[in-house]
Formats: sequence, C-alpha cells, structure tokens
Amino acid sequence: MSEFEPKIVAFVCNWCTYAGADLTGTSRIKYATNVKIVRFPCTGRIDFMLLLKAFGEGADGIIISGCHPNDCHYTSGNFHARRRWVMFRGLMNFMGIDTRRVQFSWVSAAEGAKWAEIVNTTVDEVRELGPYTDYKKVADYLETEVTNG
Amino acid sequence: MTLGFYPGCSLTGSSREYAESVVALCEELGIELKQIPDWNCCGATAAHNMDKELSLSLPARILALAEKDGMTEIVVPCAACYSRLSTTQYELNQDETLKAKVASIIGMPYKGSVKILNVIQMLQKYAVDKLADKIKKPFDKEVACYYGCLLVRPHEVLQFDRVEDPQTMDVLMAQVGAKPIDWAFKTECCGAGFSVSQPDIVGKLSGKIVKDAVDRGAKAIIVACPMCHSNLDMRRPAIDSYLKTKVDIPVLYVTQVIGLALGINREKLGLPRHFVPVTFA
Amino acid sequence: MSRIGVFVCHCGENISSTVDVEKVAQTAAGFDGVAYSVDYKYMCSDPGQSLIKQAIKDHNLTGVVVSACSPRMHEPTFRKACAEAGLNGYMCEMTNLREHCSWVHERTEETTEKAIDLVRMLVEKVKNDKPLEPIKVPIFKTALVIGGGIAGIQTSLDIANCGHKVILVEKEPSIGGHMSQLSETFPTLDCSQCILTPRMVEVAQHPNITLYTYSELESLEGYIGNFKAKIRKKAKSVDHSVCTGCGDCWTKCPSKKIPSEFNAGLDNRTAIYVPFPQAVPNKPVIDKDHCTYYQKGKCRLCEKNCKPGAIHFDLEDEIIEVEVGGIVVTTGFDVKGTDFFPEYGYGKYKDVITGLQFERLASASGPTLGEIKRPSDGKVPEKIVFIACAGSRDPAKGIDYCSKICCMYTAKHAMLYQHKVHTGKSYVFYMDIRAGGKNYEEFVRRAIEEDKVNYVRGRVSTVYEKNGKLIVKGADTLMNGQPVEIEADMVVLATAGVANCGSEELAQKLHVSYDRYKFFAEAHPKLKPVETNTAGIFLAGACQAPKDIPETVGMASGAAAKVAALFSQDELKREPLIAVVNRQMPPTFSSCVGCFLCETACPYRAIEREEIKDRAGNVIKTIAKVNDGLCQGCGTCVAFCRTKSIDIQGFTNEQMYSEVMALLND
Repeated sequence: MSEFEPKIVAFVCNWCTYAGADLTGTSRIKYATNVKIVRFPCTGRIDFMLLLKAFGEGADGIIISGCHPNDCHYTSGNFHARRRWVMFRGLMNFMGIDTRRVQFSWVSAAEGAKWAEIVNTTVDEVRELGPYTDYKKVADYLETEVTNG
Repeated sequence: MTLGFYPGCSLTGSSREYAESVVALCEELGIELKQIPDWNCCGATAAHNMDKELSLSLPARILALAEKDGMTEIVVPCAACYSRLSTTQYELNQDETLKAKVASIIGMPYKGSVKILNVIQMLQKYAVDKLADKIKKPFDKEVACYYGCLLVRPHEVLQFDRVEDPQTMDVLMAQVGAKPIDWAFKTECCGAGFSVSQPDIVGKLSGKIVKDAVDRGAKAIIVACPMCHSNLDMRRPAIDSYLKTKVDIPVLYVTQVIGLALGINREKLGLPRHFVPVTFA
Repeated sequence: MSRIGVFVCHCGENISSTVDVEKVAQTAAGFDGVAYSVDYKYMCSDPGQSLIKQAIKDHNLTGVVVSACSPRMHEPTFRKACAEAGLNGYMCEMTNLREHCSWVHERTEETTEKAIDLVRMLVEKVKNDKPLEPIKVPIFKTALVIGGGIAGIQTSLDIANCGHKVILVEKEPSIGGHMSQLSETFPTLDCSQCILTPRMVEVAQHPNITLYTYSELESLEGYIGNFKAKIRKKAKSVDHSVCTGCGDCWTKCPSKKIPSEFNAGLDNRTAIYVPFPQAVPNKPVIDKDHCTYYQKGKCRLCEKNCKPGAIHFDLEDEIIEVEVGGIVVTTGFDVKGTDFFPEYGYGKYKDVITGLQFERLASASGPTLGEIKRPSDGKVPEKIVFIACAGSRDPAKGIDYCSKICCMYTAKHAMLYQHKVHTGKSYVFYMDIRAGGKNYEEFVRRAIEEDKVNYVRGRVSTVYEKNGKLIVKGADTLMNGQPVEIEADMVVLATAGVANCGSEELAQKLHVSYDRYKFFAEAHPKLKPVETNTAGIFLAGACQAPKDIPETVGMASGAAAKVAALFSQDELKREPLIAVVNRQMPPTFSSCVGCFLCETACPYRAIEREEIKDRAGNVIKTIAKVNDGLCQGCGTCVAFCRTKSIDIQGFTNEQMYSEVMALLND
C-alpha cells in the first residue's frame, strides 16, 4: 500500500449511531474500510480511559458518536459524554495529542449518509495527520520498562 | 445632572415645539441636556425599507458618537428615532459579527452600552419624585394619553410598558393633576406612514383616534411622538372631513402639559406653534 | 480455556459478494481459543441455526460468535438458538459483517481484512462473556390512575374490568374533569353530561376501583411492578361516611361569593360545596381558604345545620401509602384565561369570555340554564364573535402549537348559538379550519351552510368596548386583507389549551419527562404514544398534548391495555444487561468506596445504598447497590466510577478493553 491507511476505532451507542451505521449499510452508501465500530449501550458508558487505551494500542484516530442532544435513549448519557469530551480535550492538549484525532459527533438512527460522511472525512483528516505513535511508544515503554523492569 | 440628547430631524423642524418644551422642562427640573456632537439622521422609515446595513449603520453612528463623548444615557424624544436607535442596539447586541461589520462601516468603535431613554422614561427616572413639589397649577383636565405605535413596540426590544394598554404616560399625567381617561385607541395607528403619500388615510385613521378621545370626554390628547402630533394636530382638516364635523380638541406633548403645570410660560413651551389652538393655557 | 465457535454467514450473496467469507472462517479458526469455525449460506435459517446448535454440542463450545448481519436484527434469534443447545444465550455475540462491512465497501482485500478484524474483536469479547439470567421482577397488580377526568375514568374502568384493582386519585372534590363542564359535544351534539355521568357513577360503584377525591400524589418511589405511592387525602372537613349529601349545609353557608370553578367563574359557590349537582361523590367539602370559620374563627353555621353531624372542622390531611404495579397519568389540561390577551382587554371586559365559559353558558346545567346571556347585563347577545387560535399557533405568545380542539368546538359554539338565538348573527375569525376526524369536516360545513355562521379568514387585532358594544377589529384575508370591524355584544376566545399547572412538579415526582410546553412526553411519538420513558408509567389524554374526547378515550383504553398486559404476567422478565456493583471477600466486601458519584450519574435513580454489617449489626461499610428493577443499562455510572467497582453486564470493562485491544493488534 503506497498511502498511509489510518486505523480508526469508532465508539458508538447502540440506539442512534449504531443504528445509523446500519442504515448506511441498508442504503448501500460506501465508505472507507479504516473505521471499525465498537458497540456501547450509550455514549454515557464510554470511559474515556478507553480512548487512551486505543491510542496506546496503536489507533491513529477515534470517532465517538451517539444520539443527538435530547434524543438519548437513556435521557442524558450523551450529555455526560459531551461533558467528558470537553474535559478530555483539555487533557489531550496538555498531553500534546492532536485533538483532531478524536472526532466527536451525533449521528441519529436516520442519518445513514451522515455516518458515511463522518467516517470519510475523519479518515481523510487522520490520513493527513499521519500515523500516531507517540502515545503508543509511551504506553509500550510503561509496559516493558517500568512494569517489568 | 447631564444627559445626552438626540433631537433628530423632526425636533428641529415640524416639531420644534416638542424640542422647546423638552429643553424648557429639563431646565426647570435641573437636567442638563447635551446634544450629541455631529449627530446624523437616524434613517427612520426610509433606510430600513431599503437597506438593512444602512438602517443599522446610521443609528450605530449616533450611538458611537455618544459613546465617544462619554455619554452613558441619552434622551431621544422622537418615537421613531427612539425605535431605530433601540432596535439597532438590540440587533447588534444579538449578533457580534454584524456588530463588527457595522463598526467597520461607520469607521468608529461601537460598544452598544449607551442607555436609550424616551422622554417618558427620562421623566419617570429623574423627575417623578420632584414633580409634586414643583406644581404651580395642576393640569386639571380629562386627558387621553396617546402612545402610538413606536413608543411601546416591539416589546422584546424596548422592554418598556405594556404593549396593548400602556400606563406610564397616564401615571405621569395623574402626577400633575390631570385625569387620564380609559380609552381604546392608545396604541392604534395614526397613519404616519401615509402622512405624505395618502393623507386621506391619515384622516380616517387619526379621525378614529380623535373621535374616541372626544367621545369619552377627553379635553386634550397627550402625545410623546412628533408624527403622532403632526397627524392629530396638522391633519385636522382631513380628520374633520372624515368625521363630517369640526373637532377642536388640542393635542399637547407630554412635556408641554407638565411644563404648564410647573408654571412655564406657553411661549417657552412652544404652544403657539400648534395648528389647533390651545385655548386653556 | 475458551472453546469458541465462529459462524460466518454468506447472507445469500449479501456478504459473500464483497467479503471472502471462506477466508474469514479459515483465519478465525486460527485465533486463540477458537475451537470451531465454519461459513454457511444462511445462518439465520433453520438449517443454519441447527448447524450452530449441533456445533455447540459436538465441539463442547463455551462461546459463539455469529458473523452475519446487525445484532439489532438477529441477536435474539441466535441467543435463543444457543440457549436451546444448552449454552447460555449471553455467551453468544454477533459480528456485523453485512451492514457495517459488506454493504458499505467494495470487494477488496481490505474489506475481508476488516471482516477478520471484526470477528477477532468479538471473539475476544466472548471470551470475557459471563452467563447471565434474565432478571425477574414481581408485579403488584394494582394500578394507580392520577386524574379523574374522562381519560382517568376510561382507563380505570378498562383496567378494573380486566379484573385488576385500581386506585383513582382526583385532586378536585369530584371526578368528571373538563368533560363534565361541556354542554354538547361535537360532532354529534349529544349532551356531554348525559354520556359522562353514568361512567362517573360506574367508577364510584365498581368493586375494583378505590376512589380518592380531593387527593393528590405526594410522592412516588419504586419501579415498574413495584411502585410505592404516597397519596395526600386533603381534609374535607366533612365525614363522608356520615354525610347524606342533603345540602342543608351549603344552603346555609354565608360565604356565597366564591367564583365557581365548575362554572368557569361565571357564577359563585359557597365555601362548603359540591362542585356540581351530578358530582361523584355527591358530598361536600369545605374550602378552607374561603370558609369564614377557618379564616376568622367564627361561624360554624354548617355544623349547626348538619343533622347527621358530619362536619368536623378538626379533620386533618391524611397521607396514605399504596403499593401499585403500574401508573397511568391522566391529569388533563387547562385553558388560558382571557387575562392572557392584552389585545382583547387583559380580561377586563366581562363579555369577552373563553370557550370553556361559553360551554357553561350553553349548558342546561349552567348558570343561565342553557340560555346564551351576556355575563355583564344578562342580555341575549345579538351579535357574537368567536376568535379561533386565541394564543395557539402564536410564537409571540410562546404557544407555537395548534390546540387541536378549538376549530371544532368553535364551530359547535357558533352552531349552538344559532340554534338558541335564531335572530342572532355569529362570526368566526379563523386562521385555518382544522377539521380532521370522522364527521368533523361535515360538522363545520353544517355550521357554515345550514346555520349561516359567518366564517372570516383573518386575525383579530384588538377588541375594545364602546357604548356597551365590543368593537372587534380584524382583517379579512380572503378579501385582500380588508379591515373588518364588528360591533359585537359578546366575544368568545378559543383560548389555547395548555399544560395543567403543577404538571412540571408532578412530572418530577413521577420522574417522567415533559416537553417545553410542560406536557408530559411520550416514549416515542409514533410507536410508544402511551408509554413514558419510565417503565410502568403510562399517559392518557390531554396531559400529553391537547386532544378531543374520542382521541382521549382511545388513548385511555390504550394505556389500560398496556397496564393489563403488564399485569397479565406474575413476574417481569428483563434483560440482565444492567449495572452491578462488585462484591469481594471480607474485609473489603467490595472495591466500592461509597463515594456515590454513580448516584449523581444515574438518570433512573437506580443506585441505592447498601449497608454491610457485622454480626452484631454494626455498619462496617456503605456501598452502592443497583436496583435491578430500575436500572436500564445505560452504563453512565460505569464511566463515572473512580474505583471501577460498578460494571455493566454484557458491556463490562473487561469486554470493552479486550475488544479494543483485539481490534488494534492483528
């Protein structure tokens, strides 16, 4: 492969974005293969330590997507996620991780086309940013040098 | 105490008596009025029909000049000027991009911090408690307080008085001994928009206002707007022909009534300038 | 050691046309812990399911990954199949190779690679799956119905007729609601009370219904099947078990100038009163706020005149606690008063009235005995103007919605007026006529064509009084917006239907959501119109949005059917995908430190406090505990927990981390 193909993990809620991505499928809208979806009951369930874990395991980018504000299946989980994202962005800045590597969005069960668009733009953007190895190096170092040695 | 003062075009022309009475009354009440230097037209009626940016830029320049001069409050007696200035301030405060654009058009910094007062608001704020002591001759007459359209509307912009049945002028009138009547045309249209193009419509609209005031026993109609005044006063022939009778109820500015009660002479208040003679003073 | 089976579906050609399914199956066979891997044309078909069942038995599988379509579609199918083969259903997971892979990509090597990644991810998840059992919740088969209007009456009767107990709570002294105030009903013009009062009596006499009038919900705890409600029975000051309803008390009561709620303020009632002659129960209460004795300490005329001795001024509010399994909220609506309209005189003109007041004027049981008379001087109005959309569909008034019932009742009002005042002229100012409903459009046409009601399409700008007449100024938009002025004797405003006052407070007590107009929110606007977001609490009638009687009754029966369906089971089975707090051996008991951050995160108030005690009964530690009846499994608490003590079954931290790690390490 000549071009860099980023590895992107998508953390999505079961009720809106997972269903929206299903709709992308039933509508046969094509998008890049780089993004793989991990299903959560709700974006409120997403512990943002998982994002760091994903970067530590070599992810180049992450998508978080849930129900639109006020549409949460559980009334308020997406608001918690949004607030966490605001906090987490500050942490990313502090750590020197480019915040463009995390795409936070709302995709409803009716927005199949929007999901494809988000995947494609995120892939393009992360491809432009290049591979992300800094945090993986730190994580690997912690694991091998500090933990074992 | 000093307040900024924006007379606008009407008060330098057809409604000179309004300006004269505002100045005379303020002098009596110890309020110094300082004209905004180099003021321009507020753009009323013409500008906002033609060009939104122009209609915002003209008042914005006036407000910016007041800011530049260090004024925190300005008095705007004309209801149309008051409406345009207030609307501009409201709209620009809602939209920072527009605000920046307008500031670049007028070539001056604009903050939008000046408090805009109409004459009733000014009297409410600075004179209401002083009036009782200063009254020399109570204005002991039934009066119909006519607010017109622009003084109280739109409510979300002006945040002044009740929209359909305003009370502030009635309260002021009662302070100087007048008896404000309860009537139905307080905020009806006088037809100012057709004042030049179709005066017969003015005759009809203003005629209904005058008739209701007379029918309900008013001895004078009290206004706080130059357009209201000129329509109800100057268009009396058209009104008379619509009503098929001659009505002689005079139309006074709120400042003239208070001025009379405080003993200011009628010339100083500009009363001889009216078309319908004010015979009781 | 895990023994996972991977089952790759072709879905006909839906998956296999872009994904190399054989390669996926072959690769999966090599994954750590995979004992069996196969591909098949239609996994969801009978033979496909049999293949899985057989493999579970033959290969002694401990977990299953079905790589096919969306789990939102077939997860229950495959979990059931696994259970039938003796494998716990929750040990089965699905990889979405169709919607998330084959349908959205071209046939390339990357597509197959992605499919393999997805399978690996779920294989790792299944390794961390734990067998789960459905949660069983007992159901207390009594329903609580809040609000005794037509919605509450219908719901109560329907539930009671299914053989279940019902507790009906009404805040007013009588049931009946707004419907009891109406004169005739559209589109049939049958008398409202004639069709309603038999139902009211039926409620009172039904052996399965306990009626608490003059009572309100105080608080609610619990969850579906197991609610505990506290009901405040307001002191009536009259012992209804002794009272005969003879009426000696209210005929003697000296406080006679209290605006009657039932007659919408058009006449007065006494301080001790029965709201209307057909009230159920037909026994009085004392309105303490207006009673001379309660206010001034003297009077007691009613007590002196009560022969059975039913009056007790010392009665106090009583709070009772009831256990119920399901709740139907039927609290109805309110209408805006004329004082809401500055342009129509801020309510200062006596002859500008609301539609509800007109109902009372037109009603045979009303203050004028059904004669249309002006409230100001009792004269019969010769000219009457009806203003539709008074407040409704008016963003400037903060009411953007259509109140739905006004077009119809305005047509009815105009018709009733024309029937009663043959020489009269009536005008209706309207925006649009919305007459959707069986026989509705015909009804409006009848008003216009047979009863000669003048419909003017336009708004009224102002109403003012002059020489005893109400001058109505409006525009006729079908006549080029020509100004219209009508000298009317009476003006009737079809004022907007709004949420009942106190609906916000009630919603908070019930923990159900409400919209920006404070109407209660249904769980889904189309498919769950009578459910709320809180399981076990249902809605009926105008508390959800303005609606007419047929719609209200339909919804009420719908809510009753939901309650009956709930009560048809002895236990409720729920998906066990809920949060749990871990428990460990003493002396830690649980890694939970009792910070209760989870409590603040939980939108369902499912977090309880559990005290861990030693044998002597001393509290050693207080930790969080999840109420499995309330928890809906969103997992917000899991992300909040600082000590990772709370986890969500089916989406545990172990499962999610292993998925992420599997995905990124090929």
